[in-house]
Amino acid sequence: LEDHLTGQRDYDLLVIGGGSGGLACAKEAAQLGRKVAVVDYVEPSPRGTRWGLGGTCVNVGCIPKKLMHQAALLGGLIRDAPHYGWEVAQPVPHDWRKMAEAVQNHVKSLNWGHRVQLQDRKVKYFNIKASFVDEHTVCGVAKGGKEILLSADHIIIATGGRPRYPTHIEGALEYGITSDDIFWLKESPGKTLVVGASYVALECAGFLTGIGLDATVMIRSIPLRGFDQQMSSMVIEHMASHGTQFLRGCAPSRVRRLPDGHLQVTWEDRTTGKEDTGTFDTVLWAIGRVPDTRSLNLEKAGVDTSPDTQKILVDSREGTSVPHIYAIGDVVEGRPELTPTAIMAGRLLVQRLFGGSSDLMDYDNVPTTVFTPLEYGCVGLSEEEAVARHGQEHVEVYHAHYKPLEFTVAGRDASQCYVKMVCLREPPQLVLGLHFLGPNAGEVTQGFALGIKCGASYAQVMRTVGIHPTCSEEVVKLRISKRSGLDPTVTGC
Amino acid sequence: MRRAVLGVGRAAAWRIRAGAESGQQRQRSPPLSPVPAPPPPAFRFVSRPGPAGSESETVEQSPPQSPGPGKAGDAPNRRSGHVRGARVLSPPGRRAHLSSPGPSSSSEAREELRRRLRELIERSRVMIFSKSYCPHSTRVKELFSSLGVECNVLELDQVDDGAKIQEVLSEITNQKTVPNVFVNKVHVGGCDQTFQAYQSGLLQKLLEEESAYDYDLIIVGGGSGGLSCAKEAAILGKKVMVLDFVVPSPQGTSWGLGGTCVNVGCIPKKLMHQAALLGQALCDSRKFGWEYDQQVKHNWETMTKAIQNHISSLNWGYRLSLREKAVAYVNSYGEFVEHHKIKATNKKGQETYYTAAQFVIATGERPRYLGIQGDKEYCITSDDLFSLPYCPGKTLVVGASYVALECAGFLAGFGLDVTVMVRSILLRGFDQEMAEKVGSYMEQHGVKFLRKFIPVMIQQLEKGSPGKLKVLAKSTEGTETIEGVYNTVLLAIGRDSCTRKIGLEKIGVKINEKSGKIPVNDVEQTSVPYVYAVGDILEGRPELTPVAIQSGKLLARRLFGASLEKIYHTLFWPLEWTVAGRENNTCYAKIICNKLDHDRVIGFHILGPNAGEVTQGFAAAMKCGLTKQLLDDTIGIHPTCGEVGNRRF
Repeated sequence: LEDHLTGQRDYDLLVIGGGSGGLACAKEAAQLGRKVAVVDYVEPSPRGTRWGLGGTCVNVGCIPKKLMHQAALLGGLIRDAPHYGWEVAQPVPHDWRKMAEAVQNHVKSLNWGHRVQLQDRKVKYFNIKASFVDEHTVCGVAKGGKEILLSADHIIIATGGRPRYPTHIEGALEYGITSDDIFWLKESPGKTLVVGASYVALECAGFLTGIGLDATVMIRSIPLRGFDQQMSSMVIEHMASHGTQFLRGCAPSRVRRLPDGHLQVTWEDRTTGKEDTGTFDTVLWAIGRVPDTRSLNLEKAGVDTSPDTQKILVDSREGTSVPHIYAIGDVVEGRPELTPTAIMAGRLLVQRLFGGSSDLMDYDNVPTTVFTPLEYGCVGLSEEEAVARHGQEHVEVYHAHYKPLEFTVAGRDASQCYVKMVCLREPPQLVLGLHFLGPNAGEVTQGFALGIKCGASYAQVMRTVGIHPTCSEEVVKLRISKRSGLDPTVTGC
Repeated sequence: MRRAVLGVGRAAAWRIRAGAESGQQRQRSPPLSPVPAPPPPAFRFVSRPGPAGSESETVEQSPPQSPGPGKAGDAPNRRSGHVRGARVLSPPGRRAHLSSPGPSSSSEAREELRRRLRELIERSRVMIFSKSYCPHSTRVKELFSSLGVECNVLELDQVDDGAKIQEVLSEITNQKTVPNVFVNKVHVGGCDQTFQAYQSGLLQKLLEEESAYDYDLIIVGGGSGGLSCAKEAAILGKKVMVLDFVVPSPQGTSWGLGGTCVNVGCIPKKLMHQAALLGQALCDSRKFGWEYDQQVKHNWETMTKAIQNHISSLNWGYRLSLREKAVAYVNSYGEFVEHHKIKATNKKGQETYYTAAQFVIATGERPRYLGIQGDKEYCITSDDLFSLPYCPGKTLVVGASYVALECAGFLAGFGLDVTVMVRSILLRGFDQEMAEKVGSYMEQHGVKFLRKFIPVMIQQLEKGSPGKLKVLAKSTEGTETIEGVYNTVLLAIGRDSCTRKIGLEKIGVKINEKSGKIPVNDVEQTSVPYVYAVGDILEGRPELTPVAIQSGKLLARRLFGASLEKIYHTLFWPLEWTVAGRENNTCYAKIICNKLDHDRVIGFHILGPNAGEVTQGFAAAMKCGLTKQLLDDTIGIHPTCGEVGNRRF
């Protein structure tokens, strides 16, 4: 506080990175009466895509992703509509340009909203690229090359991550795009090869298929690593039955541009060892993300990073190796790469710094949802993880195949609509994990995440009255255990 | 002396019987053996003309699920033989041993005791609660011994919990003394009453009677409650019958097995709601890049046919699942005629009689009519709407229940001209702030509201599909009257229990004369011990919507408690609505916390898309003791509507 009064440094808090986590920190600190600055700069993608304030989630992540997912879902609803009496001539074509423009306009309005919010709260915003000069000072370079020095008592690094390019593959950088670009394409990507097995890969391939494009996913080993594998394979199964093509056990080796402008991709089938090729309009890399730490000159400040991942190492208080420098969000080693965790971690950090709080961020039982065409929501442990931690003998899994009511009239296939709850076997059977595959999975999962936070037991969930007729009531009606070997198909109310 | 907990004592007592007469128990639990398709319900019609002797034949056939020919042959004699003392004599001193199952001061322990006593009574042919030194008890024991009837005896002076048991018994039977005698689940009374019954022959009749019951359980009403009860009882090895009969609505609509929810409630309602949502989705989809030029029209017939097809498949599914579980299903109207006996009348007016040891009433409710000129002739209700063969056109919905608002909502969603006539407030019993928001959302989307009016007369102007009706309504506040012309008038002003025409008065089941609802104790038992009731007809129970439960609690707190609540609320704009350009500041969520109980969340309300899917998990969390702090600590799923609870409050 003395430093602040004597005016030795420009700011109480400097936040590097204007994404969800960084902005949450800045706004929280300003609300607590601190002098705060945010620096944010979007390095254009190799394809030249750039965007405004708000970070990955708003610009090239959750928001445009879910909107395009919604566009794809609407395509399905249009096909349902005639069953429900709406007279729509099929098939209905989809115009990428119109969707992209609408999505981009919404994102731009959010960028603007973030600017206004910062202004309202008197947070100083600099659109500059920052690097450390020393442990209290950051040098920022503006677009025109103009440099500025900013000093602060506390610094929070929240620079996030960017998609990884497989630079060892010939043509990858020149001809491929990533999730940084897909949402900002003016023209339809056309026939697309999505490389990767992450949720980003599956979500992108899912909505591309859903809006009527030819999409193929190339997966080297397993899909959705870290998620429950039974659920993951059902996600893939559903996508495959709805037109997404899969090349399993394959790895690309080069990308070439053909004279007609198409991209020819060569890959190796790792089981047979044979090479194969295919022609696509677009190749989308979704093979993971790297932290945006390289240009920060972290060594000047003495902030340690993991030698393997280049992510910043922090303790449970989000503190780095330098006492007054903190890091939150995707840039941090070992944290879930999710918007809400970054926001909550940021707010709690600032409350500890300036609000006299001592509450730590609890990273357990973080719920999340994969927005594939059939959505997959989960919270807590996967079945594999539960068995690994507690032993097969101590884990009871309740499950059900169900049919959403809306699917019946529309004649939709519900083979993959499935829910399972992983519990301890010992009464009262504490709930370890919930996995839900079906429509509106995010909406279903959220409340149950709260339940698990409250230490829900299987017995308590069973005592909860269902809301009829919904999909989420299937969760409170789970009666069949895997151990029983009975058929988990739900019949009747 | 052997001591055991009550449950074990009961098992021991059961074994005594089973050992004495091994055939008897097995006789009654055949559901796993291959069962022939349920016999046609006509097999015991009393009025059926047929050759002489068919009556006795049909008695042979009954019970329909007799396990095998050999045992069926035994059936007529198996219990009367017992009464004659032909087989086993049971010394009067044979006891069921009991001790306390744990701390019995709490009401829960008392409830457990009550349950166990009832089981003991139900499972014993003769159950005597006695005291070893009581001469009256000894006389009763000697009486049964002389009849050669095995008794199950519990000496209350020799168990730890004797006094408690006696208390609970007096609650059940209104008799404070011992001996307390039950024969085939029927409370006979004390020593004098038992001897009176013996002298009048009633005791012998009661002893024989069980063998005459066709079923262990007859359920009147094949809706959600009745069917689940039937299936569960069948799984537990009971012989069960379901009587279900849909009295056609005044407009002539009737339907199949499954009750309100499946046929004229939740299921068709949500499907029509989904159809309306699809209309909105079609509008949205253009903004999301889907291209079609034509004006999209909605075809009522196509939708209704698809929905009715789905319902038929559900009706069929219910029939199959009853058959699989060997539950007899009879499509007849059930009406009690005397104790343990019900008359079943089918569509053709043929009457059959069935008896059962126990009954469950699950007849549910049907829509109420106004009682004004023209209402039954010209108005429809939710019983008719979902299978209406023609589009209802310009519609007046009368009422402000959730049924009224849901129907008005989807009708407007199809592009129809819809007016809702409301007598007083919307969604009584629900949180009123939320209710008003629902109303104003509907109003913004084209539903017209006529507040503080009630219809007084309906006249037909033109016949047709739909026709034209003139509605005369008057103000609830003044003398003003208004007139309107509609194609359809849908009444949704409430529902009445179907309890007045099922012979309940014949057996003494009490109903609330005003509401028609059946008061039950906390184990769903009516004023007649062997008759239970479930579902919408219960007095003082919400019609099974968790929101209603919670609102009821809140209302009570508002009425009788101090203001202990803190309310957190937020408006939100679902992401999907942004691009579609749908309105902002409409969707709303709030939680209500109890300040005196660590900010425990006692109410959760959300207005927005997928509200049902969102609310379910929050309900589970509230069951687990959700607090505001835990809510704050839980991470949202981004971007969903569900995360508003975690991010915005």
